Amino acid sequence: MSIFKSHQKLETNVFLLAVGILLTVITGGLVEIVPLFTIESTIEKVEGVRPYTPLELAGRNIYIAEGCYLCHSQMVRPFKDEVERYGHYSLAAESKYDHPFQWGSKRTGPDLARVGGKYTDDWHTRHLVNPRDVVPESVMPGYPHLLRPLTFTDAEAHLKTLRAAGVPYTDEQIKNAKADLQQQADPTAGSDAAVVGRYPKAKVADFDGNPKVVSEMDAVVAYLQVLGTMVDFTTVKPESLRR
Amino acid sequence: MTAATAAFGAKGDASPYLDDVVKKFVLASIFWGVIGFIAGDYIAWQLAFPALNLDLEWTTFGRLRPIHTNAVIFAFGGNALIGTSFYVVQRTCRADLFGGRGLSNFVFWGFQALIVMAATSYLLGGSQGREYAELEWWLDLILTVIWVAYLIVFAGTLMKRKEPHIYVANWFYMSFILTIAMLHLGNNLALPVALFGGESWWKSYSLFGGVQDAMTQWWYGHNAVGFFLTAGFLAMMYYFVPKRAERPVYSYRLSIVHFWALIFLYIWAGPHHLHYTALPDWAQTLGMTFSIMLWMPSWGGMINGLMTLSGAWDKLRTDPVMRFLVTSVAFYGMSTFEGPMMSIKAVNSLSHYTDWTVGHVHSGALGWVAFVTFGSLYYLVPKLWGRKEVYSLKLVGTHFWVATIGVVLYITAMWISGIMQGLMWRAYDSMGFLQYSFIETVEAMHPYYVIRAVGGLLFILGSLVMVYNLYRTIKGDIREEVAMGSAQTARG
Amino acid sequence: MEQIVEFLRSLWGLWLMVLFLGIVFWAYRPKNKDRFESYADIPFRDDEKER
Repeated sequence: MSIFKSHQKLETNVFLLAVGILLTVITGGLVEIVPLFTIESTIEKVEGVRPYTPLELAGRNIYIAEGCYLCHSQMVRPFKDEVERYGHYSLAAESKYDHPFQWGSKRTGPDLARVGGKYTDDWHTRHLVNPRDVVPESVMPGYPHLLRPLTFTDAEAHLKTLRAAGVPYTDEQIKNAKADLQQQADPTAGSDAAVVGRYPKAKVADFDGNPKVVSEMDAVVAYLQVLGTMVDFTTVKPESLRR
Repeated sequence: MTAATAAFGAKGDASPYLDDVVKKFVLASIFWGVIGFIAGDYIAWQLAFPALNLDLEWTTFGRLRPIHTNAVIFAFGGNALIGTSFYVVQRTCRADLFGGRGLSNFVFWGFQALIVMAATSYLLGGSQGREYAELEWWLDLILTVIWVAYLIVFAGTLMKRKEPHIYVANWFYMSFILTIAMLHLGNNLALPVALFGGESWWKSYSLFGGVQDAMTQWWYGHNAVGFFLTAGFLAMMYYFVPKRAERPVYSYRLSIVHFWALIFLYIWAGPHHLHYTALPDWAQTLGMTFSIMLWMPSWGGMINGLMTLSGAWDKLRTDPVMRFLVTSVAFYGMSTFEGPMMSIKAVNSLSHYTDWTVGHVHSGALGWVAFVTFGSLYYLVPKLWGRKEVYSLKLVGTHFWVATIGVVLYITAMWISGIMQGLMWRAYDSMGFLQYSFIETVEAMHPYYVIRAVGGLLFILGSLVMVYNLYRTIKGDIREEVAMGSAQTARG
Repeated sequence: MEQIVEFLRSLWGLWLMVLFLGIVFWAYRPKNKDRFESYADIPFRDDEKER
């Protein structure tokens, strides 16, 4: 009977009630979240996933600021129709350097997890300025303001912050952040540019068709063009995807 | 007017409770509610007619949508929850607010300032990119301070109560305050760029990435639904339904089981937002199992709310305020059946990423959260301002029907568009190719987006009727009208 | 010892069920009925003080 006596105490004691509530609501989170950090098979071991270049990262930040994730997912599910429509289903490894994740929850527009390389830079720029120029039935907003110059004076600080959160940026990558950012948007740099050495397979181009400035458009298109392209699925062995 | 004010003043002084701050929360809730509804309907029209985005950076869907969700959940719902919790805790404890006018007013003004700053931040593109947790790190810190002050007022009042037992509504409020605090701190662990010498002071990066970040966010996101939009509003149900019906809750013992089962099961349900994603299967299965179990305590609570009316069902016919409260509980039952169903992986594979989810959220948010709030406001405003009854019960009835038709239009449009889009995405033609391009599925949504936006418009109109009705109530007017129900008898 | 702990841990669903049934039993024990149902009147106890 002592148990029931003590519950009588709980229901008359604010402190005990609070502790009871906290104990009750804390378990679920602990059981579901903590093992994701400790179980090794949570993230597949595949080659090719690298941290974003400073330009791609700047584009990603604009993607977040504009709320793109509210209409576009970045998570292809392992269904026949999705794989045919978008490409190989998404791996946990492919978003391991995403702080925050952008898997999304709604597809008012199509999934973007594998949009990289599917359209030209020019298509993306025209589409972002006025979507209905290239897709007449689109309901997406136009983003002409992205043509303005990009502010990137503190590019190193962004990389440093991410390194503190666990993204393996090297000292060299941090030191050259600003230069790498500019070089990736400079079409004269070529595919043997230093930025490509530091970030394998990085696409170097004048993304927005305006060589005079590094614009927000350059950054966003650079980000879109890298999405889903880091892992080369022709070389991935199926058993490495098993979890 | 002066006579009414004087009369109220005299009565107001006699009240042992601090109600000035409750009045402010009530007015703030109504104000932000209307703004949040308008923002929501505007972005609904944008989806039907994209030219309404105006191609300005501050008016695009992506920037306005967090303003809509945050305004209705945290500004409309939050002010209603804090305000009613201050009202209820004083009366069920027979004690005035701990910390007095000073601390409770700090909570009020702090919370309003936060709302304004948050909206400004979203308009300018300051967002963490996490749904329902878009507040950047500096706003998160401000909210933490306000929330701690709120907890102190609430728990402090509980501690100085004259009633030995803590009434169950306060358990629900308590679990809402504590769990939201835990979720807020857990989900917003972020590193500001400014710490590493960056000039973008408002910007931060989440401490977690990828799959762990996704799980943390939906642990937060689903429990914002569970503890903000459910536990908090259930507290309102457990106080205002008995008060308006003038009879005690159907079963107090059921409410105890309801409480512990609900808060325990809810916290596990988050992974159902991540079915078939790169989240490991064991976590998805766990989320699905608990989501389905959650159906039971949810319906236990619904039964408890509805059956409180047993023996007084005629009130549904005669009292439109009661109609709001009871309908809200019915909508609660409906969405808490739909939710577990959508968490079944096979159903989710169709419904996820479509408008079905949007419709589900709104049957909960409009039908349950907003309706229980409207019912409580119609009960509260006359009480707080010392009036016998609202200005016009007929207008409450008008509000009820206009809003109900709006909600029904909204959710049926979203059911159709959601299921249709889900089916179109997976449709194959006779040659074995995908039958529809993505843009064809977008085009097919257009009529339903128009119907949905019209439904939203009706909901706004209803809320404006409420604003007028409550304004006249506060002014001290009372409309001459035949009581509802008796008019029909006379005519019949 | 460790094996016993491991075994008991694997039955976590059972423990939760026991806990739940415990709460139900406690709430619905006939002995507690009058006490609990009297709490339902708390919202009405301050009525004389209301305007």
